[in-house]
Amino acid sequence: MRITQGTFSYLPDLSDDEIRAQIQYALDQGWPLSVEFTDDPHPRNTYWEMWGLPMFDLHDAGAVQYEVNECRKAHPEHYIRVNAYDATKGRQTTALSFIVNRPADEPGFRVDRQEVADRRIRYTTHSYATGRPEGARYGTP
Amino acid sequence: MSERWNAGVIPYAEMGYWKPDYEPKDTDVLAAFRITPQPGVPPEEAGAAVAGESSTATWTVVWTDRLSAHETYQAKCYSVEPVPGQPEQFIARIAYDLDLFEEGSIANLTSSIIGNVFGFKALKALRLEDMRIPAHYVKTFQGPAHGIVMEREYLNKYGRPLLGATTKPKLGLSARNYGRVVYEALRGGLDFTKDDENINSQPFMRWRDRFLFTMEAVNRAQAATGEIKGHYLNVTAATMEDMYERAEFAKDLGSVIVMIDLTVGYTAIQSMAKWARANGVLLHLHRAGHGTYTRQKNHGVNFRVIAKWMRLAGVDHIHAGTVVGKLEGDPHATAGYYDTLRLNHTPADPVKGLYFDQDWASLPGTMPVASGGIHAGQMHQLLHYLGEDVVLQFGGGTIGHPMGIAAGATANRVALEAMVKARNEGRELMAEGKSILKAAAARSRELEMALSTWGEIAFNYESTDVPDAVPTPTSL
Repeated sequence: MRITQGTFSYLPDLSDDEIRAQIQYALDQGWPLSVEFTDDPHPRNTYWEMWGLPMFDLHDAGAVQYEVNECRKAHPEHYIRVNAYDATKGRQTTALSFIVNRPADEPGFRVDRQEVADRRIRYTTHSYATGRPEGARYGTP
Repeated sequence: MSERWNAGVIPYAEMGYWKPDYEPKDTDVLAAFRITPQPGVPPEEAGAAVAGESSTATWTVVWTDRLSAHETYQAKCYSVEPVPGQPEQFIARIAYDLDLFEEGSIANLTSSIIGNVFGFKALKALRLEDMRIPAHYVKTFQGPAHGIVMEREYLNKYGRPLLGATTKPKLGLSARNYGRVVYEALRGGLDFTKDDENINSQPFMRWRDRFLFTMEAVNRAQAATGEIKGHYLNVTAATMEDMYERAEFAKDLGSVIVMIDLTVGYTAIQSMAKWARANGVLLHLHRAGHGTYTRQKNHGVNFRVIAKWMRLAGVDHIHAGTVVGKLEGDPHATAGYYDTLRLNHTPADPVKGLYFDQDWASLPGTMPVASGGIHAGQMHQLLHYLGEDVVLQFGGGTIGHPMGIAAGATANRVALEAMVKARNEGRELMAEGKSILKAAAARSRELEMALSTWGEIAFNYESTDVPDAVPTPTSL
């Protein structure tokens, strides 16, 4: 399967030039950027690990792209995303968030069903990968 | 002064409802009415009559006015201006003192402003065009249960419009078959699917069965994609007790969103907004029935006013037009509705039909929903006109896809992401939209099929409801 979180997951994986263009767009809006990675891509895992602090006051996309590539080198089998943040009053939330790296093999999720009374079912989304310890979830065991 | 209190009938204007030198206070509620007086009725008198009948007046002089600070409670018509090109019509602006309204009550606000006055014989027609709700009054309303920012954080979806579809056929499917449509559309790439306004609990599908099968579909699709998915479960019912029962059940099943119809009434909407905030469930509003009073230009209530009331009432989503789809919607007027729902401050702008500055005092925004006859081939226009904070709903444009429902959903999602990506890269959407879609379709058979099926479909009819000020002829 292919996890389709993020703004551009239905498109082919972005090339370096395409990533750079999106970073530049965010910088042009005055948005700081950050790089995050995880090997627990549950749809409700909000807090991916931060690859350093968010980068404020940049003008050139190169610095952000450098961090993306460093993160990729360190975590080639993790999900990595680039976030842009809009600090404008009334907004103060993520403005753009797209995946720039994913494991070669994505096992995905299963639905766990707990059958309870009067035909109700309690659902849980279970990530196959999290059966293994953090840091060893993707790639060759 | 003494003339004012003589028993009998005197013109409203002379009773104090026409005050051309009145300076509206920051705390006043303001209204702009389009009035069409009966022949022989001076426009100032007609405006004064509207002010009178929507505040303290009755048809004759009453001495009991003198027991109150009547000058405070009398609404004041402070301006009447002819409408260019419409010799019978005038825009009357009326100021209402804040004390005339109960805190946080749309029912009370509307019982005054549109309560009696629309049947008034001295007017041929009357339309409420816009209102300025002072920040002092805005602050007495809960506002959207969650709002646009919280909705995005809750769903973990940023940087693009959300995608939805209404299950079709809207009536007649069994619960099991209905859930199939939901599953296919969500796993194919939509964020939301939706009950239609008239799906409640009918003999062919009772509400509880629909909720159970639909949530199976939602959870399956969530696992298939790794994304949060939702289905607007319509809890509209005959009584509040029934609506609460259905909403509680939806919440118990883990639904992120429920929906109601505008037909349930303002008080029920405010009650559901309160429930939605207390229970962490998003609240979608379908504007069922609004066309009966919003569409005709000379009589009724402009949709921008309904949008304003519904943001105050506290819904998270409301249908607000598509510009390019099958339903009514002039581009400038629609931009005015979208601004009204989303921005923290909207300046007066005659081109967008906005009569007053409106300050929302940090009330969260309501997400507009574009639905009705739209398809992937219009994605560049949709993003251009409607922006990013919007739910684009492709019902037929998903379910009618020749390769199936999931393929229809994928086509829409590919088109959307390609268009957002191109916009961010600096491409001109209106000029290059077709070629951006074509390039995306070269790498997506689903989109290619969608474009060859609907690519050229357009609904180019003249709008009946357009702002008076139109700087250039509008075209699509």
